[in-house]
Formats: sequence, C-alpha cells, structure tokens
Amino acid sequence: MSDVPLLAVDGLRIDIGSGAQRHAAVEGVSFSIARGETFGLVGESGCGKSITALSIMGLLRQPLSLGGGTIVLDGQPIHKASAAEMRSLRGRRIGMIFQEPMTALNPLSPVGRQIAEMFVLHMGMGWKEANDRAVESLRQVRVPSPERRIHDYPHQLSGGMRQRVMIAIALACSPDMLIADEPTTALDVTVQAEIVDLMRELCAAKGTAILMISHDLGLVAQVCRRVAVMYAGRIVEQRASAEVFKDPRHPYTRGLLASLPRLGARSKQGRQRLNEISGVVPAVSAFPKGCRFNPRCTARTDVCMVEDPATTALDGGVGLVRCHNA
Amino acid sequence: MKLRTNLLVGGGLVGLAIVVAILAPWIQITDPVLDANLMNAEIPPGADFPFGTDQQGRDIYSRIVHGARISLTVGLVSQIANTIIGVTLGLTAGYWGGLWDDLVSGVTNLMLAIPSLIFALAIMAILGPGLVSLLIALGLTNWSYSCRIARAQVLSLKSQGYVQAARILGYGDLRIMFTQLLPNMLGPLIVIATLGMGGSILAEAALSFLGLGIRPPYPSWGSMLSEARDQITTAPWLSVFPGLAIFLTVLGLNLLGDGLRDILDPQSQERRA
Repeated sequence: MSDVPLLAVDGLRIDIGSGAQRHAAVEGVSFSIARGETFGLVGESGCGKSITALSIMGLLRQPLSLGGGTIVLDGQPIHKASAAEMRSLRGRRIGMIFQEPMTALNPLSPVGRQIAEMFVLHMGMGWKEANDRAVESLRQVRVPSPERRIHDYPHQLSGGMRQRVMIAIALACSPDMLIADEPTTALDVTVQAEIVDLMRELCAAKGTAILMISHDLGLVAQVCRRVAVMYAGRIVEQRASAEVFKDPRHPYTRGLLASLPRLGARSKQGRQRLNEISGVVPAVSAFPKGCRFNPRCTARTDVCMVEDPATTALDGGVGLVRCHNA
Repeated sequence: MKLRTNLLVGGGLVGLAIVVAILAPWIQITDPVLDANLMNAEIPPGADFPFGTDQQGRDIYSRIVHGARISLTVGLVSQIANTIIGVTLGLTAGYWGGLWDDLVSGVTNLMLAIPSLIFALAIMAILGPGLVSLLIALGLTNWSYSCRIARAQVLSLKSQGYVQAARILGYGDLRIMFTQLLPNMLGPLIVIATLGMGGSILAEAALSFLGLGIRPPYPSWGSMLSEARDQITTAPWLSVFPGLAIFLTVLGLNLLGDGLRDILDPQSQERRA
C-alpha cells in the first residue's frame, strides 16, 4: 500500500441551484481512501452522501454543480477531467452498486450480456470471450449454475441474485474503487449479510477499495475500517470505525448510535421507547446560524448558536470532529 | 412456443399480401393495363372474372394483384423513412435536451399542426406525380408521431435505474441509446410504425384518388377506388374489392404490430415455453 491515497477529496463543495438561488448542499468535505481500504459515509437522508458519490463519478446534473474543491483519483485530478476521460474511468476504475437491484438492470437484456458488455466496452474483448468471462464473473459472485443463468432476464432472478449480478458488473473490470450506495437497503436481512460478505471478500481479493454509503451504522461498522459521519452537507466526525462506536464525540453521532434498536433491550430495562434524534435535517436553503446541528442538539451551549465550530483533531491527528464541546 | 392469434392472423394477412405482390405477374389472369376490352365492360364477379371487370373491361383481380406491389412498397418504404427520421430526432432530442430538444419539438409541433396530407400534396405538386415522388412525399411528412413517442419514451426511460447505471458503468451516449433506450421503447414504436404503414397505404389511396399518386392506367388500390366512385351503385364490385384489399392489409399490419409488441416483452408469458 503506497502513501499516496487512491482517492483524495479535498474541500468539496456542491452547489444546488444557480444565481441568487444557489446554496451549498455539500461544503468543505475532505476525506481520503487508501488502496484496498474500506471507508464508510454515514448520515440520514438529505445530508449529502449520495451527491458526494455522484460528484466522484463526475455525474452531477442540473441543478447540482461542483462548486469547488478537488477530487484526485490515483494522482489524476478528476474534478477537471473531460467528459470522455470520465467515461473511460467509470466502470473501469470506479465501479458502483445501487440501492435498487430491481431497476438497475436493463429488463430487456439477459444478465450475462449485461456483464459481458463491460468486458467488451472497457477491455476491448470479443463477445465470445466476454461471454466466457461473464460466466466466470457469475460464478465468483456465487450464482448457482452460471452457464444457465447468463441467459436469464433480470425479472427471472430474485432481489439477492440481482444484487449479485450488479456486483459482478461493478467488479467486472477489477476497478480500483467500488462505490456502494446503500447496497443492501432493498434486501432481506439474511440476504444482506450474504451480499455484504461477498462484496467484502471479492474486493479484498481484487484489492478494490470500498466507499460504502449507508445510514445503517451496524453495516458500516461491520464492513468499514474508517467512517465519516455527515450532517447537513458537512463531515461532523471522521475516525476509525472502532473509535466511533466505542467513544462517539459528536452529539449527532451519539444520537445515531443511541437510535439503533437493540435486541433484548426492552426485556432487561422494562418498557422502553426507541430513541430518536428529534427534528429533521434542515433544508439546504435554511441552514441555522452557528453550528448546523444546534436546533436538534441535546448538548448545545450559547456558543453553538452563534459560532460555526471548526474541526478538532482526534486520536492523534487521524480523526476529527466538528463540535464546540467535543 | 405458443404463437398468439393476433400474430398468426396479422402475419398471415401481411404475408399473403407480400406473396401476392411478389407473384403478381404469374398469378394474373390478364394483363392489368393492356387487356382492356370494352366488350367485357362492367361484368359482375363470376367464373371468367372472379372479381369482375371495370368500365374498360379490365380484370379487377389482376389489377388488385398488381396494385399490391404499389401499395406495399409505398407503405413499407415511406414508413421505414418516417420511423428512421422520427426515432433519430426524438431519441436525440429527449436524450440531449436543451436547444436541440426545443428545435425538434418546435418542428414536430409544426408538422402536427399542418395536416400531413396537405404537406404531401404540396410536395407532390412540386415533384409531380409518380411512385418516387409519392415515396418521398409520404416518407417525409409522417414522422412527427414516432418522433413524439420516441422523445416521450426517452424522457421517462432516462430516469430509470438501468439507464443511469449504464452511465455510471462508463457507457457512451450512443451505446446507451442503442442498448438501453431503443430496445426498451420498441413496443410503442412498432405499434406506431405499423399503424403508420396502414396510414401510408391509405394516404397513397387518397393521393391517387386526387390524381396525384399513381397515374392511370397503372393500377393502385387507391386509384382503383377513385375510378370506381361513379359506379358505386351500379357496379359495387369496382369499389368493394380494392377497398377489401386495403382493409385486410391494414388490419393485418395492425394485428402484426400488436403481436410483435407482445413477443418483444420478455416478461410476457407467451414468449417462453
């Protein structure tokens, strides 16, 4: 593993709207991912996780636009790459898995062909060779009797099988990085575990780094070595995942952890309500003055209402938190 | 594989029309143009002339058999031209959007506002009557429907997960159009194209009726109807048989379109086993 990170995002700002209606939906987001590392991006809906991923893929569309900051993949500044350069990166060097395996496959094309297309498109193979490789890819994601399954259409497969096919497509060209945007949300719990294990195992074998986007802290803890917690377009806490779960420093992270349902908690402590963080994420156009979390924070002080907190280094410089009281 | 009835009947009718058109010179009874004989004028259908004869004594059956060549050529060629123009414009307009979309949508609305027959009439007036100008006139004036359908389909398909996934997997614009968008909108396009083919055959009939299509004495179903209108009460077979030929061909095309749309959908049960 070299010292130069595979992916370095620095001071990322994503604007929504234009002119007087322009607001920063994501601001000052910086993180880096080493080769083969697993990194989690956590936060509730609307905090900017998915658009951060889209900006890495170079796929921000109106009304979203890159407002500033740099994104460097393997020494190459991809935030200013041309459309053609980005196209050759996508799929070949960065793979992506989505939340909805039901809709992410072309319903009119057999799944084997959709996998083979990646080999034809990015590696210049002929269709015959690509089809053989597609069978091999399906075998790798543990789809039973892949020789027959490659002729199946997406609607003939179960949700778990479809997500396996998506993984096969995303990892077909052995990319340097896999972005997994809520990869298990649409699946059964038992299938979730299988899919996560499979993803981790294949990425480890191929040396592929994972950027996992999720609101599921349990999943992130299981998969990721480091975690960044996002709130209202900013990273509020970024540390090794073991540290986050042992000693969360930001009140938002503490709130997230406290709201995880625990099996058996009720029987030990009598009748207990599931904890929640009151309120909702503020709208992009109406971020509060001072700390953006202050309307929902249980530990706020006077300074939180007027002054935006800077980041404080933690864990000997490898972690950071953005809170006045951490 | 279970064949659907509409595919079978539609394919049968269209196939019959195609076979008749190809074999016309061999299955004719008399020459459709030259064998005029006033002694045989307006004979009702019978043993010698199965569909009867017209006022100049020409065999209706032989003229219908030859008319199939004209009608099918016009329907097929002009509709292929319309579909190619319409789908290319609609697909690119919906996909790229922006100024190109505004331009294409504007021209499409303009085309829809002017009745296409009037448009075709104007082109025919410039080019003069004849088969080639008929093909040009009908091939350039009816693409607005397939264009609108293609554009609308692209707009809804663009937000589908698999189209976005294709972009994320590094597909280029053309590859997305050909592998993701086009196959998924074939259903409605085929229906529109077959309906349009029937429409073109009818438009050919209309233009020939107005004297701008196929020139007499050469037979087309439309010109035969046009010539028969004076005798519709005294010699109805003159209009019944060309009308029946048009009706059956257009019906066959519509059924075929429905059937094709069904088997192109992999989720329909009839496709497999």
